[in-house]
Amino acid sequence: MTLPDISMFDVAAIAVLVSMALSMMRAFIGPTVFDRILAVNVTGTLTVLLISVYGFLDGRPEFLDIGLLYALINFIGTIAVTKYVKFQDLGHPMDGPDEGDV
Amino acid sequence: MDFLQTVIGPLPLADWLSWFCLVTGSFFAIVGALGIVRLPDIFSRMHGAGMVDTLGIMLMLVGLMFQAEDWIVVVKLGLILLFIFFTSPTTTFALARAAIYGGVIPGPKEAERLEEIKAEQEQAKKEATSSNT
Repeated sequence: MTLPDISMFDVAAIAVLVSMALSMMRAFIGPTVFDRILAVNVTGTLTVLLISVYGFLDGRPEFLDIGLLYALINFIGTIAVTKYVKFQDLGHPMDGPDEGDV
Repeated sequence: MDFLQTVIGPLPLADWLSWFCLVTGSFFAIVGALGIVRLPDIFSRMHGAGMVDTLGIMLMLVGLMFQAEDWIVVVKLGLILLFIFFTSPTTTFALARAAIYGGVIPGPKEAERLEEIKAEQEQAKKEATSSNT
């Protein structure tokens, strides 16, 4: 019993690229701004996975550090853009203390 | 039958486990991305995003863990997995709340809802006339 010749990381990278293309399509045609934020968030999360898979594909798993950093920045960025779209402001809530956190 | 030398000793079928996790994760990632493209409104598209984040990416990270040659790689993959595990629901919650606040109506569109109401009214009229006669 032999494994197929194509590497498992190739399969994973191709699948991630296809998923990224599909979600970027939604980011371009999304009717509301929230659709675009959602699609860009998913694309960013898939980028973390693409970086990790590329590290394994290249034989250098140190790329995982970059992936971890990208995950952190992706989360903060999504929350910041969501709050900015919601309140038109990153600092102060507009409608009292209940609406302060996103 | 190959025994792969992993960080927890020689593990039988590690390559096959890795293949299984990566292919299943790829399937769920593509299905979730298709859901993001094809589902009707933002709240149902979040379901597709959740599929990508949980089953897709977590299974693929677990599949990568079987291929690690060092403890620190497994720890880093686990940290990424834990981080995505906590941030994905938080992002979805914040986005849903922002969408509600921003005036997106969940459920069918207003035109469809008006048509439904009209159809119900016509049916009520018909019932009223038939009961009169």
